[in-house]
Amino acid sequence: MVNSLMQSGFNSFFATAIDLVAKIMLIIVPLLVAMAYLTYAERKVLAASQHRRGPNVVGPFGLLQPLADGLKLLMKETIVPSGANRFLFLIAPMVTFILALVAWAVIPFDQGMVLSNLNVGILYIFAISSLGVYGIIVAGWASNSRYSFLGALRSAAQMVSYEVSIGLVLITVLLCAGSMNLSAIVEAQRKIWYIVPLFPMFVIFFISGLAETNRSPFDLPEGESELVGGYFTEYSAMSFALFYLGEYMNMILVAAMTAVLFLGGWLSPLESLEFIPGPIWLFAKMALVLFLFLWVRATVPRYRYDQLMRLGWKVFLPFTLFYLVLVAGVLVGMGWLPV
Amino acid sequence: MNSLLIEYLPIVVFLALATGLSLVIVLASVVVARQKPDAEKLSAYECGFAAFQNAHSPFDVRYYLVAILFIIFDLEVAFLFPWAITLGKIGLVGFWSMMGFLGILTIGFIYEWRKGALDWE
Repeated sequence: MVNSLMQSGFNSFFATAIDLVAKIMLIIVPLLVAMAYLTYAERKVLAASQHRRGPNVVGPFGLLQPLADGLKLLMKETIVPSGANRFLFLIAPMVTFILALVAWAVIPFDQGMVLSNLNVGILYIFAISSLGVYGIIVAGWASNSRYSFLGALRSAAQMVSYEVSIGLVLITVLLCAGSMNLSAIVEAQRKIWYIVPLFPMFVIFFISGLAETNRSPFDLPEGESELVGGYFTEYSAMSFALFYLGEYMNMILVAAMTAVLFLGGWLSPLESLEFIPGPIWLFAKMALVLFLFLWVRATVPRYRYDQLMRLGWKVFLPFTLFYLVLVAGVLVGMGWLPV
Repeated sequence: MNSLLIEYLPIVVFLALATGLSLVIVLASVVVARQKPDAEKLSAYECGFAAFQNAHSPFDVRYYLVAILFIIFDLEVAFLFPWAITLGKIGLVGFWSMMGFLGILTIGFIYEWRKGALDWE
């Protein structure tokens, strides 16, 4: 695209810039659409599992419901509580939203189809997802409301607790793949998807992903019955929507990471199915993981906070550490390490 | 420019675009919607009473403990990242040195566990 732009009279700087912006828009726009329809899918799946119909009034099968919701939020008044720290209060949802977006820069959609082919892709994702805590804790602090403050504390403690196990899971995958580049990790799964040898780690990654995105059954930070809305109790209109968008995009990101790390990313499961393009396989795998997210929400009751912390620190952490040592030992002992 | 650094250029542009988008979204709502604040609307959410005091009150020290534990283990994870990538090149010496490090950390972990630092009552 850069070349064709340069032929039509742009200089190389502008050609590169237009090319980059177009590529980024190609990520952002489908992502926002996917996020909108994830909320729709969530309501439909929850409804189906409770023998209800779900949204079915706005448009055919209720398909325009997410747009109606978005418009409604847009028309609402942006309220900044009088006791709040105005600047921090407004900046917090933006931080959440921006971080949820930029993490997508390194996700490979197909062979070579990646915005930024970082050699430390995994580290980048890990760093960005660690920063996600800031949006939440700043929101809770700046709101100057009891519910927000407690919600933010809980959420931050929960996220950092599960981040450690996620880190150890990532390292186990790195040991097998021998590279931090996400495309290289997918290529390393040509022989066998990592879900097979690393199945326990897949399960832990999925559950930690639920905790990391504050999803049910770990949705204590926003447990309606005790904390109203958790850290976004005081938010309204588009500031609220940004939190909401960020949360769902993080869910999609966890699904994409699960697909890339354990389910072979864009690779097709059978050789006879290789005519189907890679991105479609990736989306199918992500949809499967996202369905699991929704299914869990419909099925599992909420954890208590002490149970949640115990699971993170006393079960996942020792187990992932043990499994990491086991995998490293087996790889070294059998000489299977990638060089 | 260094080809390693050039890979970060899209991320910088992405960051700028995402920031712009979030600003546009918030500002659009402020412009489009009717803003009509009053004192009741702007007060912090409470169960019908006006808040007695500032919400920035002291909180449970256990959150602080969790943060400290997190730093220890996250550092460990940070050490493990380069080790995991190069394990094929550093051989048995590298493997056993990391096992020694993890062993020491595990002793610390057992100590925390026995001391009840991981309990949440």
